[in-house]
Amino acid sequence: MIELTVNGEKRQTDVSPDMPLLWVLRDEFGITGPKYGCGIAQCGACTVHINGVAVRSCQARIGELGGAQVLTIEGLGAKSLHAVQKAWIDHQVPQCGYCQTGQIMQAAALLDKTPKPTDEDIDMAMSGNLCRCGTYVRIRAAIHAAAEKL
Amino acid sequence: MGHITNISRRTFLVGSAALTGGVAFGTWSFAQDAVTDVPNPLLPGLGPNAASFNAWVKISPEKITLITPHADVGQGVASSQAILIAEEMDLDLGQFETEFGPPSAAYWNTGLANEFVPFTETDHSPAAEAAREGARKYLKESGLQITGGSSTIPDSYEKLRLAGAVARETLKAAAAKRSGAALADIRTQSGHVILPDGTKIPYGQLATEAAQLPPVQNVALRAPSQWRLIGKPMERVDIKAKATGALKFGIDQTVDGMVFASVKLNPYKGGALTAFDAGTAEAMPGVKKVLQITNGIAVIASNSWYAMQAVDAVECTWAKGNYPPEQAEHWAAVEASFSPAKVDKEWRNEGDIAAALKDATVIDAEYRAPYVAHQPLEPLNAIAVVREDAAEIWVGHQMPRIVQSMVATLTGLKPEQVVFHNQWSGGSFGHRLEFENVRTVIEIAKEMRGTPVKVVFSREEDFLQDFPRQIAMARNRGVVKDGKIIAADMHFASASAVRSQFGRLGMPAQGPDTQIPAGIWNMTYAIPNYRATTYAVEGVSPTSSWRSVGASTGGFFAECFIDELIHAAGLDPLKARIAMSTIDVYRKVLEAVGEMSDWKGPLGNGKGRGVAFMEAFGVPIAEVVEVSATAKGIKIDKIWIAAEVGKVVDPVNFENLVQGGVVWGLGHAINCELTYSQGAAQQTNYTSHEGMRMYQCPPIEVRGLENGSDIHGIGEPPTAISPPALANAIFAATGKRLREMPFNKFIDFV
Repeated sequence: MIELTVNGEKRQTDVSPDMPLLWVLRDEFGITGPKYGCGIAQCGACTVHINGVAVRSCQARIGELGGAQVLTIEGLGAKSLHAVQKAWIDHQVPQCGYCQTGQIMQAAALLDKTPKPTDEDIDMAMSGNLCRCGTYVRIRAAIHAAAEKL
Repeated sequence: MGHITNISRRTFLVGSAALTGGVAFGTWSFAQDAVTDVPNPLLPGLGPNAASFNAWVKISPEKITLITPHADVGQGVASSQAILIAEEMDLDLGQFETEFGPPSAAYWNTGLANEFVPFTETDHSPAAEAAREGARKYLKESGLQITGGSSTIPDSYEKLRLAGAVARETLKAAAAKRSGAALADIRTQSGHVILPDGTKIPYGQLATEAAQLPPVQNVALRAPSQWRLIGKPMERVDIKAKATGALKFGIDQTVDGMVFASVKLNPYKGGALTAFDAGTAEAMPGVKKVLQITNGIAVIASNSWYAMQAVDAVECTWAKGNYPPEQAEHWAAVEASFSPAKVDKEWRNEGDIAAALKDATVIDAEYRAPYVAHQPLEPLNAIAVVREDAAEIWVGHQMPRIVQSMVATLTGLKPEQVVFHNQWSGGSFGHRLEFENVRTVIEIAKEMRGTPVKVVFSREEDFLQDFPRQIAMARNRGVVKDGKIIAADMHFASASAVRSQFGRLGMPAQGPDTQIPAGIWNMTYAIPNYRATTYAVEGVSPTSSWRSVGASTGGFFAECFIDELIHAAGLDPLKARIAMSTIDVYRKVLEAVGEMSDWKGPLGNGKGRGVAFMEAFGVPIAEVVEVSATAKGIKIDKIWIAAEVGKVVDPVNFENLVQGGVVWGLGHAINCELTYSQGAAQQTNYTSHEGMRMYQCPPIEVRGLENGSDIHGIGEPPTAISPPALANAIFAATGKRLREMPFNKFIDFV
């Protein structure tokens, strides 16, 4: 039995220890904000925070996460919307939206470390998050706007 | 509910039309016809206190629901369809919910007819109009409910406003009957009917009474000057749920008692499974069952990951498919198609092309466009349950009625026994016009009768089963003389995505493919000697519509070659295109990008600008790309793009969609191709087919023009125009002409 904290709530699971956190969240816990896109850390749609760090949950094996603090998009804005989420809404960033929960988790982690990022900082931090719909221009603008508010 | 033809209702509608004097407008309108002359699929499922006035509006005391039947795959059409209805219904944002609605012939696509006929958008001659009318008649008779071809706005623009106006007027009639007030003194505002004495009645409170009345069909549409919503930025109905993670895509749905499945199908598409060994898979954690299905294996497990791991461990032996195993043979098939026997159609032949080409200075050039994959980020998935007398399916799809009839065929049920729940889709780009997920989930669910099954394709399986964009080549010739283009002879050979796609559905397309000559049959430059010919490439990979379809290859072939001729004539690429423009509204699009980019000719210092222009999906669209040739490769600095659509329904969504179309077009033109070896796609994840990432994406300035009278969608045109604009910019910066995609095979990008 593996025990971890997800969005402030204690959770237990007895799945195979090599099962990725992504699928535990989605299929075992019913937390579907983190998305399956590629399974090999190429798209970033599954991004969550583990102990405060943005991580591709498709690569994080559940057996290594005993006691971990996991934050998903559902937890990020649970009390009130995070500045990044507000900026995403103000700038109407999403098209299909499938990558955007991962984009938002990645952007929130960027702003934790780099409160006033340049375009280059944003390109560096966000280029691992693929958006097939091509909302990059708006993502860049929304991150700058969120940085102003934080 | 939903799809059963309701004979009494139909008779009733005919009767009520007679009652109100028949056609509502002085002139016959196909949109009016589309709103009134169909059975309402919402009536059978309505609750006792609810009303529905047509296929797009449901009202109950609790809520107002607007049906937005075009699938929302990210292009925002749930929102744009809803505001077209809400505008005339006097509803504010937040006062209604949206639903995708059932499969129904009521939702036949009135906007696709233009794509079926080879007439330039501005051609309103009797022949062109008659052809469009014929296409519309066919679409109506077949009840084709389809999202695609940038047709949602053309289909909905008038029709959904009428649907909203019918609801408004019927609610007013109910209020008049209740209050005794004169209809002329009753008005509506913000979801309320307002009586002459100022009394405000919420629409929901009138539902029961309104349901008793025949819908008021004789309605007038508001003048655009009165619009509150259309043309103004709106908060899309899905934006908040997409920013909080609350929105459920198809892949996120659950059904009680559901099991999880994943599949491995023959990667040599069309070939059978000849043998398999599931010994290892059956012993893996969570595995419930291993099933053989038509062309592969399915594993059913207690979660998706267990199912994917186990299906991967099944050892399969495959039969060959029916196309050449190696990519070089595919290219050889295209090359061999430039022959008189393979002519699909000679679309245009003007002036004396043979005489003009006798000139000694003929310029000729060969262009190539590879297969590319769709690969929206949400992989193929579906949930289904099959019972003895009914089936139910949850899947994001662009052709609901065909899903329904396919499920019926596969299960032996009648279409009306199949309930289809359309889903928000995590992208499509043409992928959700295919059926591998539908077919496999039903095959599995049939074996698990009574148990709901969710199938999720792994990314690798999704790549392997993807029917790619058509492979194509061009062999173009032209002559310039005295600073003018005097001849262009355009020859395109291409696989036909449309023929392949509809062939798989058992609906073979007739006649020449109007997608293959995109960019040349509708080229609007004044070139005195001009010929456009297409050749059908057969015996290659099955293909499918990929965002902008024929224009995604044709635009590149046509506009790069025109650029070659312009440079050979010593002309300025933008000024020459403006000078050659034969249609005023189209010229304005070129002038717009000239003004936006402050075009002044060559830039020097390793910088270059390219321009491209075409009509795609009826939309004249122009783009200027500026690049720098750096020591490490080409850097895209900035993009300006303008398009004429008649009316921009939501400027923010329009801008987002255009920017996305540019990113899609450029990302694949630079980075992507799908190639075959031993019959299987060699690219099976984003590592080898990644599209554009943020670091490559420049600022993109967008302008929507409203000079024309024809209403158009904008999902596809920006994708088609972007590759030639970039290739032309790279030529301007480096002198290197790129005649084959993907460009990164020939030049580095930073």
